[in-house]
Amino acid sequence: MNSRQLAETENKSLVSGHRACAGCAFPVITRTILKSSKDPVVITNATGCQEVVSTIYPYTAWKSSFLHTAFENAGANISGIEACYQAWKRTGRIDQHINFVAFGGDGGTYDIGLQSLSGALERGHDFLYVCYDNEAYMNTGIQRSGATPFGADTTTSPAGKVRQGKSQKRKDLVKICAAHNIPYVAQASISNLMDLSRKAEKAFSIRGPKVLVVLSPCNPGWRTATDNMVELSQLAVDTCFWPLYEIEDGHKYTINLTPREKKPLTEWLKLQGRFKHLFKPGNEALLVEAQKQVDEQWEQLQAHAKMGV
Amino acid sequence: MSDTTKKAFTGADAASWAMKQINPDVVAAYPMTPQTAIVQNFARYVADGLVDTEYVTAESEHSVMSATIGAVAAGGRAMTATSSAGLALMAEMVGVASGLRLPMVMAVANRALSAPINIHGDHSDVYLVKDLGWIQVFSEDPQEVYENMIMAVRISEHPDIQLPVEVNQDGFITSHAVERVDVLEDATVQEFVGQKKLDKYLLDLEHPVTIGPLELQDYYFETQKQRNDAMFKAMEVIPQIEAEFSKITGKIYGWLEEYRMDDAEVAIVVMSSTAGTAKGVVDAMREQGKKVGLIKPRYIRPFPADALVASLKKVKRAAVMDRAISFGAEGGALFNELSSAMYQRDGQTHMQSILFGLGGRDITPADIEGIFQGLLDGDEQLIKYVGVRE
Amino acid sequence: MSPLKTAREIPIGGMIVEPGNSLNYHTGSWASKQPRLDIAKCTGCAFCMNYCPDDCIKSGQVDGQFRATGIKYEYCKGCGVCVAVCKFDALKME
Repeated sequence: MNSRQLAETENKSLVSGHRACAGCAFPVITRTILKSSKDPVVITNATGCQEVVSTIYPYTAWKSSFLHTAFENAGANISGIEACYQAWKRTGRIDQHINFVAFGGDGGTYDIGLQSLSGALERGHDFLYVCYDNEAYMNTGIQRSGATPFGADTTTSPAGKVRQGKSQKRKDLVKICAAHNIPYVAQASISNLMDLSRKAEKAFSIRGPKVLVVLSPCNPGWRTATDNMVELSQLAVDTCFWPLYEIEDGHKYTINLTPREKKPLTEWLKLQGRFKHLFKPGNEALLVEAQKQVDEQWEQLQAHAKMGV
Repeated sequence: MSDTTKKAFTGADAASWAMKQINPDVVAAYPMTPQTAIVQNFARYVADGLVDTEYVTAESEHSVMSATIGAVAAGGRAMTATSSAGLALMAEMVGVASGLRLPMVMAVANRALSAPINIHGDHSDVYLVKDLGWIQVFSEDPQEVYENMIMAVRISEHPDIQLPVEVNQDGFITSHAVERVDVLEDATVQEFVGQKKLDKYLLDLEHPVTIGPLELQDYYFETQKQRNDAMFKAMEVIPQIEAEFSKITGKIYGWLEEYRMDDAEVAIVVMSSTAGTAKGVVDAMREQGKKVGLIKPRYIRPFPADALVASLKKVKRAAVMDRAISFGAEGGALFNELSSAMYQRDGQTHMQSILFGLGGRDITPADIEGIFQGLLDGDEQLIKYVGVRE
Repeated sequence: MSPLKTAREIPIGGMIVEPGNSLNYHTGSWASKQPRLDIAKCTGCAFCMNYCPDDCIKSGQVDGQFRATGIKYEYCKGCGVCVAVCKFDALKME
């Protein structure tokens, strides 16, 4: 699909009137992914920003069937729906193919939702899991999650007099999913919208568990202007903080984009208030460490891709 | 009355046999002593192609209930089973299933809650979740388990109810003891439960629905009132469904079972397997001319206050036995609800709370005789532990 | 806002049976500034349409060409993403 075709495709998902913040990224992510499905979709969503802003009773922004129950179980919910579908298919009650899509933020995926995602992947249900990763528990007011980057200031990892933001590295969700030997997992970004769409189409063409992890800039949480989600996403890709790549069958790595000129991480950090403290005198070592982590991760990724495994 | 076949079944076998005959779309499973045999039996039925069910081996009980919820919201019929800590772990979702008004049936082999860990039968697990909006029925023996499971499907799915149903049996005591169970023919069960009537469901692509929204201060209360109204509506509907099932089995069900209450002077109120033991004691003491009787509540949710009080009012003194401690409360949970119901109806029956049988501690005929004798002797102790070494 | 319904009037369990009825909730009042579209400058690249979080950019045929044709101001929150992504200066915040 090209950009115009994407725009002209019917919106089966988040319509206007939802209460996401101005300039929020996940409506773009969700619309793009669901527009890339030729078949009807049924959706589950873990508790979090997307679910909350889109279903404030009596309004729903969803044009497809949608289930939300709790924070930690989008994977388990979709497993039950898909199981019912399989039973109906087997007994001839339904034959239309449906794409089952479970959404979770990084909190509901990397942390509290990791178990139910893992179980759903291991059992091999036919569904797509989408993690819209805004790198903290944003809906509850910007608390750190397992996806929060090293050094980020959040309300539960604040930069103060003796601590300078999150001291741990992020978890590698793509690798965790790949370790389940699922057919397809990929990382994507809204800066490369056609790449995201292609990955969604590819995922929907596969029968079995698939995962897409998409960076979702959050302007209140990252402390940035409301209009730069695309610029931030682009910088995340160009600094190799957020590489665009795929892992098939648990081991076959493909890097989708190698930036012609790998930008220094500071280009990405300096636009965000949550990293402001890293630029204070005395914190130089933290910037060095952050850059080192990104470089190591990028080198390892390139090594995997080169090996073909 | 329909034909039956004799089986030698444990309570777990009875539950899983009923599930097999009901043949739901989805069963979610996770091991948990002493319920595990229920889901294991069912797995064999799946492996042998005896059911059309999609079997989901979830990775925790929380996910078991989450998957069951997903399946029912999708439009399917789904069932599961658990015990004790599994019920506690899934408690968040137990409330959700009721809150979203999703009909389903769960068999629970009641087992003690930790800590310390204990794998044996008591009622602390069901007491933990009794206020979460599930219809709660107790089974004295495997035969009752079998019949309660089948009726539960119709009760749960009734358009005026739309609430999940928990069918309880005592862990190990009922779940693992073999008794004779008369089972109905597959076709009879199928005809009774029928096809699930679909109204609004996720897999209806023509009419998409949103289930599980965020309800703020302006609507949450109304939705909860609906849920409670359905519980009270169930008080009218459950007897109708039981009457229909009675035509098939020839048995009488009801909110409670009375045993030799008509001219009783004192009574014990106790649920589940202990009622079976107590019936033997009633007979033995009656032989000695002692006017004792038994009340066995079958349902505690909805709480059949009128029926229970009407029965209790026949005696001057009663002991209400609870197989769980509500720590810090003045007596057991059933004792407290009954006391309140009696008071509201100006009842004069003097009531005593008995705490017994925790963690599978045996309750013997001698223990029960002691309780009856205490009542006959006018024992004034409000709360009494029976069977513990104090 | 419509008057609040009673427990008897709403579907059970909080189910919402009108898909996409958030279209009745107008978020346009959130904006302090909103964009103006200059259709003459639009090339129909569709970036604004695809990147608008609130699906506010209308499209259609202008002289046989696909173009952005307007903005649904009743939903537009004034985030400015459309202005930021338009490479052709067709959108300006006002």
